[in-house]
Amino acid sequence: MMLEKPAPVLEIRDLSVSVGTDEGEARILDNAGLALMPGSIHGVVGESGCGKSTLIRAILGILPKRGRATHGSIMLGERNLLGLPADTLQKDVRGRAIGFIPQDPFQALNPVFRVGTQLLETVRTPGDSKATRETKKAHVISLLKAVQLPDAEHALDRYPHQFSGGQRQRLLIAAALASAPGIILADEPTTALDVTTQLQILKLLRGLAIERGLSMIFVTHDFGVVAQLCDTVTVMYAGQTVESGPVAQVLKAPFHPYTQMLLACHPERAKELAGIPGAVPSPLRPPQGCRFNPRCPSARPACSAGQPPRVAPQPGHAVRCVLHLDEAAA
Amino acid sequence: MSGNDAALLEIEDLVTEFGGAKAFLGKPQRIVRAVDGVSLQLKPGQALGLVGESGCGKTTIAKTALGLVREKSGTMRLDGRVVSGLAPKEARRARATVQYVHQDPGAALDPWWSIGHALDETLRIHGISDKGERTTRIDEMLRAVGLDATFRTRYPHELSGGQQRRVGLARILVLRPRIVILDEPTSGLDLSVQATVLGVIDELRQRFGLTYLFVSHDLSVVERMCEEVAIMYLGRIVEIGPTKEIFARPQHPYTRALLAAAPRLEPGSLNDTPALPGDPPSPTNLVSGCTFRPRCAFAAPKCAEARPPLRSVGERHSAACVRLEETGADTPA
Repeated sequence: MMLEKPAPVLEIRDLSVSVGTDEGEARILDNAGLALMPGSIHGVVGESGCGKSTLIRAILGILPKRGRATHGSIMLGERNLLGLPADTLQKDVRGRAIGFIPQDPFQALNPVFRVGTQLLETVRTPGDSKATRETKKAHVISLLKAVQLPDAEHALDRYPHQFSGGQRQRLLIAAALASAPGIILADEPTTALDVTTQLQILKLLRGLAIERGLSMIFVTHDFGVVAQLCDTVTVMYAGQTVESGPVAQVLKAPFHPYTQMLLACHPERAKELAGIPGAVPSPLRPPQGCRFNPRCPSARPACSAGQPPRVAPQPGHAVRCVLHLDEAAA
Repeated sequence: MSGNDAALLEIEDLVTEFGGAKAFLGKPQRIVRAVDGVSLQLKPGQALGLVGESGCGKTTIAKTALGLVREKSGTMRLDGRVVSGLAPKEARRARATVQYVHQDPGAALDPWWSIGHALDETLRIHGISDKGERTTRIDEMLRAVGLDATFRTRYPHELSGGQQRRVGLARILVLRPRIVILDEPTSGLDLSVQATVLGVIDELRQRFGLTYLFVSHDLSVVERMCEEVAIMYLGRIVEIGPTKEIFARPQHPYTRALLAAAPRLEPGSLNDTPALPGDPPSPTNLVSGCTFRPRCAFAAPKCAEARPPLRSVGERHSAACVRLEETGADTPA
C-alpha cells in the first residue's frame, strides 16, 4: 500500500483554448482540468462539441491553426507541454512519451500503400534512432502479435482494405505502442465498430494497459463504454470539465446537474424520453460562469457570476457547481 | 382493421440476393445472399426491433419490405394480400402504406429547398392535388413532431441534428402510412437529443396507431422502444421473441454474446465478459450448417450438417440453434 498519494503522470490545470474564427474568438476550452493517475484508464465523456477532442489535441500540441492555449498548463511529469518548442514536442512527446489512437481506422490508413510501408515509416524503435529496416520490421511484427492481429508475419505485405475494421484498429493500436510510450490517448477508437468487435478492442486495451503499465485517456460519448473500461472519468460540457471521479461513483451518484440529466437521458435509465431542454451554447457567445446555467433547473444568480471552484464532496469525486460549494473544499 | 391478432405485415421465407450479373464475356459476379430465409410478422400497433451487426442484412430486409429491392423468393403479405413477386414499380405501389425513414434525414433533404417545399413535394408526388389540404397536413405534422409552422420557411442547414430527424419523420408521416420502417433513427445523435427523438417516435406511434419495424444496432434503444425483437446474424434470424424475454433469457449463443458485449451503465464487467473470437465472415463464402459455428464456443460436428431452423423455446420465443440443450441456455443464472 502506498502511503503518499501518487502524483499524476499527466495533469491539465485550468486550460483555456481559443480558436480564431471569422465571427470572433471561440473559447473552446474554459478552465478545463484533468489528472491522469499512473496505471489508470481515465474516460473523458461528453456530447459533440464539448471540447473533448480539443483537449486531446492540446495535449499533443496539434491545435487547429488559429487555435492557441490562452491560460493554464499541461504538466507531463515536471514539464509543461504548453511551453515546449514544436521540435521538442515532435522529438520527445508525440509518438514518444505519448501515443495516440485515432477515431476512425478507415480513414487513418492510406489505401494505396501496404500496411508495412505505412507502419515502418512512422514507427520509431525505442532507444535506437539508427535501427535497420530488419530490426524495425521485427519490432513491428512483435507489436502486431501483442495486439493479437491474426497472421502477424504476413500482415505487413497487405493493404488496408484486406483487414476488417477491428483489425485496422489493432494496426493503429500497434502503431501507437511502437515507441513504448507510458501514456496513450485514444479518441473514440471504437465508435465505428460493432459491439462485439468493440468488446474485443476494449479488452485488448485493458490488457495492454496492465501488461505494459500504461496510463490512458479514453475519449468517448458513450457512458456504457466508460463503465466497461475506465477507472475514473471526467464529464465535459461546452468546454468546461464539470465533474470527475471514480466511474462507479459518478455513474451511481453524480453531483453535477448536467451529469444527472445526461445520465437520465440514457435509454436504460430514462423514466420518460424527454432529453435536456435547450441547446448547447455557441463557443462564440458562451454564457457567463457555469456554461450549463441557462439549461439548469437548479440555476441561481451565483451560477452566472463566475465559474464555481472545484470542490470534492467525496474523496476523489470532484464537481464544479455552486450547489456543492459548502459541502467540502478541494 | 381486421381482427387484432391478424398480422399487418407478414414475411415468409424471404430470400434476397445481390450480384450474379454477367459482364460481357466475363464471369458472373459472385452471388451474395444478404437475406436468407427470413420470416417475421408485424401486428398492428407493434414495434419490432431488428438487431444485428453491420452486414447482417437488416437494412436489406427493410428495403425488400419497401419494394426497393426485389426478393429472390418468399412471400410477403400486407393485410392478408400478397404483395410479393411483382415487378419493382408495382411492388412499390402495392406497398404504399409502408414508408421508410432514412438513417440521416439531413442528407436526404435538399439543401436548396425549404422544409415546407420538401414536404409539399412529397405530398404532390403522392397525388394530393389540393394545395389547401397539403398545407393543413404539413402544419399538422410539423406540430406532431414537436416543431411548428414557422419551420416551413426554414432550410435544412438551419436545423439541428434532432430537428432534422423530426423533419424526416414529418415528411413520411404526411403520407399517412400504417407501417414505418425506421432505419437507425438515432445513430449519430447525442444522448440528450436521442432521448428527445425517441420520445417523439414513441408518441407518434400511439397518436397515429403506427406499426414500426425498428432497425438498430443499439440494444439499449431497442430494449426501450420495442415489444418484440429479432436478432440477425449473416442474413438469418437466429432468435426472435418478446424483448423482455430475450433480454432476460437469451438462448442463442450469438444473442448471449451480443447482449454481454453491449455496454451498460454498470462498471467493471470487462474481465468477466468473454469476447467473441474473430470477425463475422464474408457473406460470399459461408460455412455449411450454422454460419455462427466458427465463432461459437459450443460448436459441435452436428452444427455443420444443416442450417439450424428456428425452434420454439418459450411463448412466441424461438431460437435457431441445434445445441440449446447442451449450452445450458435455459438454466437461469
